[in-house]
Amino acid sequence: MTLLNNIGALNQAFDQEMELNPRIVIYGEDAGFEGGVFRATKGLQEKYGKKRCFDTPLAEAGIVGSAIGMAIYGLKPVVEIQFSGFVLPAFNEIVAHAARYRNRSHGKYPLSMVIRMPYGGGIRALEHHSESIEALFAHIPGLKVVIPSTPYDTKGLMIAAIRDPDPVIFMEPKRIYRAFKQEVPNEPYTVEIGKAKILQTGTDLTLVAWGAMVREAQKAIDLLNDSNISVELIDLRTISPIDRKAIVTSTKKTGRFLVVHEAVSSFGPGAELISLVTEDAFLSLEAPPSRLTGYDIPVPLPKGEHHFMITPQKIASEIKRLIAY
Amino acid sequence: MLSKTYDPLKGKKLEILSAEGKVIKPSLMPKVDLASVRKWYETMVFARVADQKAIQYQRQGRMLTYAPSIGQEAASLGAIIPTEERDWLVPAFRELAGWLQKGAPLENLFLYWYGNEAGSLLPDSVRMLPISVPIASQLTHAVGLAMAIDYEEKDEVVIAFCGDGGTSQGEFHEALNFAGVFESPVVFVIQNNQFAISVSRKDQTRSKTLAQKAIAYGIPGIQVDGNDLFAMIAATQEAVERARAGEGPTLIEAVTYRLGPHTTSDDPSIYRSDEEVEEWKEKDPILRLKRYLISKKKLTEDEDQALYKQFEEEVNTIFSRIEESQSPTLDDVFSYTYASLTPNLEKQLRNAKQFLEGGE
Repeated sequence: MTLLNNIGALNQAFDQEMELNPRIVIYGEDAGFEGGVFRATKGLQEKYGKKRCFDTPLAEAGIVGSAIGMAIYGLKPVVEIQFSGFVLPAFNEIVAHAARYRNRSHGKYPLSMVIRMPYGGGIRALEHHSESIEALFAHIPGLKVVIPSTPYDTKGLMIAAIRDPDPVIFMEPKRIYRAFKQEVPNEPYTVEIGKAKILQTGTDLTLVAWGAMVREAQKAIDLLNDSNISVELIDLRTISPIDRKAIVTSTKKTGRFLVVHEAVSSFGPGAELISLVTEDAFLSLEAPPSRLTGYDIPVPLPKGEHHFMITPQKIASEIKRLIAY
Repeated sequence: MLSKTYDPLKGKKLEILSAEGKVIKPSLMPKVDLASVRKWYETMVFARVADQKAIQYQRQGRMLTYAPSIGQEAASLGAIIPTEERDWLVPAFRELAGWLQKGAPLENLFLYWYGNEAGSLLPDSVRMLPISVPIASQLTHAVGLAMAIDYEEKDEVVIAFCGDGGTSQGEFHEALNFAGVFESPVVFVIQNNQFAISVSRKDQTRSKTLAQKAIAYGIPGIQVDGNDLFAMIAATQEAVERARAGEGPTLIEAVTYRLGPHTTSDDPSIYRSDEEVEEWKEKDPILRLKRYLISKKKLTEDEDQALYKQFEEEVNTIFSRIEESQSPTLDDVFSYTYASLTPNLEKQLRNAKQFLEGGE
């Protein structure tokens, strides 16, 4: 076991998988020599050479499009988009091509590739650096969308993403890249894509979160320590395909449902979760299923961002409202 | 190097075979034997007949929307002739003669335009990507293939196509820039057929030629008479050899003309004159090669007419097989989105089957 933060866990996942599989190539703007602006790919070029870890021209569609060609040929590209806010020029490649090649070629050209990107707010960043756009990808058939929240899951999910036969969008909550450390096994291991994790069992309310919001949810539960409210906390971990069973089973048990996400509210992942809870656990519900989300506005610049962010206090207050409903 | 002699910045264009079917640049004539030329001619005629029949089927309500390649047979065929079986073809969607030369059966292509994805499942021996309906974004895939070829140190080359409209897309720029930076073994062929649906070549870009765009990426570019099979072979031959020798990508602009509509849903009479079309008909790549073969006594008028008749029958037979083919099953349309069905898709498929079986 080694004590690692999320960045360290990512770096170890890449290193160990590259060691095992010579067909893995890692690239993107600044991903080579510098090791990525967040240093997730640090040292890989030095260890594996410029052929396997390299810098590209600043062109997101080119990065993703060339990765598609590489995957068709049988390599395993793991490409970096520097911030999720910059993925939009590559959106055509992801949606029109990466997500569809298996289908388009009637199974002949499956694309096993990973597109990774830091996402989310709370780091006092510039415009376009703080959005949470997981719903945009989760809406597209053919993609898998994964968001880890701990170093253990980051390593295990990244290795699973690299080994997955389908294209995986791997979104990294940059706010907690270095926020805390956790003991992580030294050897390579996988965490199954498509499986949520119950972080804490409870009987009164099911609380679902992912990414940086898991920590805020945990803090909210701490705030409620004296209130006798028993919360079941679930880390969704995979936005698509969604772990419907885990959500429904828990909600049937607790009778109350709250989803918390940084993404804006309308047409967001919360709507999907509430829809499935309503479909499959309606008769167990003792309060309307609820979502606590960002507002339907562009994420404000740092001076105003606190208005937008989900805080433990907001979460605790919403939990109390649902319990008292 | 041809791209030096035929400098696109000086408006030079490579031409070998005149519209009258005469070799005007004997020194540049590729080394080809007449039997092969006759075979290529037949491939072009077969493609022409297939296109004409497909339009006919569409008008009869038997075929869905179809995008014919009429007039562009030499541009696509000539670019594939210098390649080997191990090389890759990344098409746009107007490369029928090239597809046939690559070994892709007409059945597959008809099946695709007939509305069945199974058409895109080509035999393993045919190294070709499925057609890409979005414009020019497939060029980045071609570069990725070429980067992978370099990575695996294989002796293979990628030929990628787009139209004149495709050169306005951002991904055209990104693909050429990547290929230039990584010196990838890829040959880009622009089929400049003068129109992107209704937008003419002059409204597409202020560049005098499309080939000169190569200069911006530090790679060779050459403008070629795309209705001249020999010029296309010569230009691509050189580009393929450069790619194989590790000297990187080349951009070829094939100047040609789309004699038919953009697709069967389009009416080109709205945006172009009959005079213009007639003018280009005189430069028809098939007519030109026919004149050449007749002058070389490798073809007679009678043989030519017999060819058209024979191919019409062949195409009709192929199309009847397509019409008799099975539509995809419900399982089929669910099968290829992910490697295995997600729980959500399992549920949706189960529900769909229950509905079909139960009726309500």
